[in-house]
Amino acid sequence: MTLGINHFLVLAAILFCIGLYGVLVKRNAVAILMCIELMLNAVNILLVAFNRYTVAGVEMLTGQVFVIFVMTVAAAEVAVGLAIIIVVYRSRKTTDVDKIDLMKW
Amino acid sequence: MGEFVAFWILATVIVGAALMVVLSRNIFRSALFLVLCFFTIAGIYVILSADFLAAAQVLIYVGAIGVLLIFGVMLTRDIRRGGETTRWRGPAFLIGGLLLAIIIVVVLNTAWPVTHDGQTGATTSELAKGLFSIDEGFVLPFEIASLMLLAALIGAISLVRDK
Repeated sequence: MTLGINHFLVLAAILFCIGLYGVLVKRNAVAILMCIELMLNAVNILLVAFNRYTVAGVEMLTGQVFVIFVMTVAAAEVAVGLAIIIVVYRSRKTTDVDKIDLMKW
Repeated sequence: MGEFVAFWILATVIVGAALMVVLSRNIFRSALFLVLCFFTIAGIYVILSADFLAAAQVLIYVGAIGVLLIFGVMLTRDIRRGGETTRWRGPAFLIGGLLLAIIIVVVLNTAWPVTHDGQTGATTSELAKGLFSIDEGFVLPFEIASLMLLAALIGAISLVRDK
């Protein structure tokens, strides 16, 4: 009845695959952005779990430092992504990624 | 033991909320479930004794990104049609399920080099040392990250500004 590293790895894998399914299936661009956030969170759980279980003691926290960088990139990504979606919505009145096909060959 | 029970409760809520994010027909509702998911992931960080990251998760993901996504949903006004899916649901389910099965098999069959299995103390000052120490720190990536945040901020403003 103790927690091993496998618990966290499987949880992160489930979360990542749910996010992947959402990214592949959703048509609303904002919903796709949400599912990308789910995937990033799964990776963060992985990094923290590996950092706790495979590095001795509290002296080496490189995994947690990486999580901070991932959070920074996620925040920037959401800001720019939502700005692009709003601009596209203004000019084309839709956020459906199937209809935003101006640059598709 | 308490840790074990807490993990299972949090894991159930996380997976359920993530499924609701993907499956919900109403995009506003899925944004709210996403916020719930972020919040319970902060609980997972507490179990992993990453106290600073739990606080950062609540501040950045729940506070900033959640609110930003809800703003995005409101500004694009596609609430009724947000749950629509493409016609690739079957192949996407196959890909996701296959990847999940492969990852789980690999995870369970690998002997991870587990060297440490106890609670650790407060991590904040150690985290600062890991981030900013001169010889093995991440000072340059930290500065680049701050530059990237500034660039993203200016980019977002200049994108949505009225011309």
